[in-house]
Amino acid sequence: MTPLLEVEDLRITFPTRHGTSHPVDGVSFSVARGELLALVGESGCGKSLTSLALLRLVPPPGQIQPGSAIRLDGTDVLGLGPEELRSIRGRRIGMIFQDPMTSLNPVFTIADQIGESVRAHQKVSKRAARARALELLQEVGIPDPTQRLDVYPHQMSGGMRQRVMIAIALASEPEMLIADEPTTALDVTVQAQILELLDGLRAARGMAVLLITHDLGIVAGRADRVAVMYAGRLVEEAATAELFARPSHPYTKGLLASVPRITGAVTRLTPIAGTVPAPTAWPAGCRFHPRCPAALPRCATDDPPALPVGNAHRMRCWLAEAGRA
Amino acid sequence: MSTPLLEVRDLVKHYKATGFLARKSPPVRAVDGVSFTVGKGETLGLVGESGCGKSTVGRTILRLQDATAGSVAFEGKDFFALQAAALRQARQRLQIIFQDPYSSLNPRMTIGDAIAEGMEIHRLAPRGEIPARVARLLEEVGLDPDYSTRYPHEFSGGQRQRIGIARALAVEPAFIVCDEPVSALDVSVQAQVLNLLADLQARRGISYLFIAHDLAVVRQIAHRVAVMYLGRIVETGPTEDVLARPAHPYTKALLSAVPVPDPNTQRLRIVLPGDPPSPSNPPSGCAFHPRCPHPAKDARCTTERPLLHQIGAAQVACHHAGTAP
Repeated sequence: MTPLLEVEDLRITFPTRHGTSHPVDGVSFSVARGELLALVGESGCGKSLTSLALLRLVPPPGQIQPGSAIRLDGTDVLGLGPEELRSIRGRRIGMIFQDPMTSLNPVFTIADQIGESVRAHQKVSKRAARARALELLQEVGIPDPTQRLDVYPHQMSGGMRQRVMIAIALASEPEMLIADEPTTALDVTVQAQILELLDGLRAARGMAVLLITHDLGIVAGRADRVAVMYAGRLVEEAATAELFARPSHPYTKGLLASVPRITGAVTRLTPIAGTVPAPTAWPAGCRFHPRCPAALPRCATDDPPALPVGNAHRMRCWLAEAGRA
Repeated sequence: MSTPLLEVRDLVKHYKATGFLARKSPPVRAVDGVSFTVGKGETLGLVGESGCGKSTVGRTILRLQDATAGSVAFEGKDFFALQAAALRQARQRLQIIFQDPYSSLNPRMTIGDAIAEGMEIHRLAPRGEIPARVARLLEEVGLDPDYSTRYPHEFSGGQRQRIGIARALAVEPAFIVCDEPVSALDVSVQAQVLNLLADLQARRGISYLFIAHDLAVVRQIAHRVAVMYLGRIVETGPTEDVLARPAHPYTKALLSAVPVPDPNTQRLRIVLPGDPPSPSNPPSGCAFHPRCPHPAKDARCTTERPLLHQIGAAQVACHHAGTAP
């Protein structure tokens, strides 16, 4: 069966004063129907830009380079005209962001904003759109939904606003939801609620979810597969259980060793040395080699391709070939 | 331990509403009777979700804001009673570092000047010796001493936090309030800064009040922990005891919501209903009762405010703590 979404060799460039920047530089992955894929990485790794590119929302002057391919159900998203693109954006693929307040219009009520999304998708009366908005508020678990229909975004808490954003995204019955750091701005107890909700919706609707996050912790219990990004590329990809059981790329290992734990003995953290390089000047060879504790001489010159390290488990690291992973 | 370095008693900070409807609005009870001590060379972690009053505690004890009531004794002296000159002198011993060091650094001042400023104000070194001292401080926080002529925008988030720490250290404080110092940093950099803070404490015997929302981070650095909810401490004790055997239902829920980067960890997930209530209109009795999942919850919880009492090694403010969860 073909995957719902396929991304092949995605490259995005930005002209800057310091030369051309390559924040996303050859990213390939796929998402199956009903699957939850987590795209994990630190700031500046290109994960958010990758997700924006899926809807052709890369902000100018950024450009998706020729040779990149994005296919939704076999349809070439990059070749679509404006009209066809609208049939995908917000319809077949919904998107929610870190800060719901900036995506909600402060002068319209919740019913108006969900209703707008309903009516953009189906030709229904305002009354029917309002009824649908109420159903959606119930589906995303907002208490007293009837009363909440007529409130404004500022009257709601951060967690409630994120639920409203999810309701707006669901109005068009999308096949896929892109969630870009959906819980980063929320308190942990509220974060737990939103993650449970997303997981429940995925199961109930068979909707695929692309979860963009910096937090390996929220990935562990929920994602089917994990793709780790570093410096504009996927460096490791595997099923979640496999990735956490056998993290193989030195960057993934480094990330896991950096996270303070809530159980077990408290030991000194092992940070990754140095800092992330700038996207205008990625290092030659493997992009992680200047920070890598296991770098080989060839890592400074030869760029490793994605190599297999196990069952459906690949990484961009020469250690895979050396069998030392 | 003899006299603690810092002793906070019954600290209260209410914000009066201002403007048009001020007389009708109740005050915001940001901090509502908080007491704790911090010993020499000790770290107390102050944990809670947004709006619980933890940052207000940090600012109020340093007199960056005036307290509504309560007292703070620092090195045995009543800190709130100090007048201008004595206060200035004492402030050299108490410093603060913030979540976003960029907003606390002057963009037009080189970082060398920013670090030297405190030494000059407190006349800690002859003018000629200051550059050498700045260089030593930069080295101590893991930065290149040659950076002293650069400006804040030239640095990454992690480096700026190191600059913020160097600036606080410049006046040789005995006590530092660390207000969410690593929450804005990527995990790999967060680990570097946590290790740095631990090293500085080991070397210089500094005490920290470490304010954070992340229990795993607090566990990594704090000897004792105090959990806040809606302006009050609900549980406090040695970090290991509180996190291994939490007694307050809120601590339990908070702990269960911490994302763990290990899919095999079987944990009981307590997803709390609702959002934290508003501190301008706190619930009666126990402020946590509307969200509390404790099965023994009864009428007493809604009418009588629970006080901190000893359970094992910790102190807990819950009528039913100690009975079955």
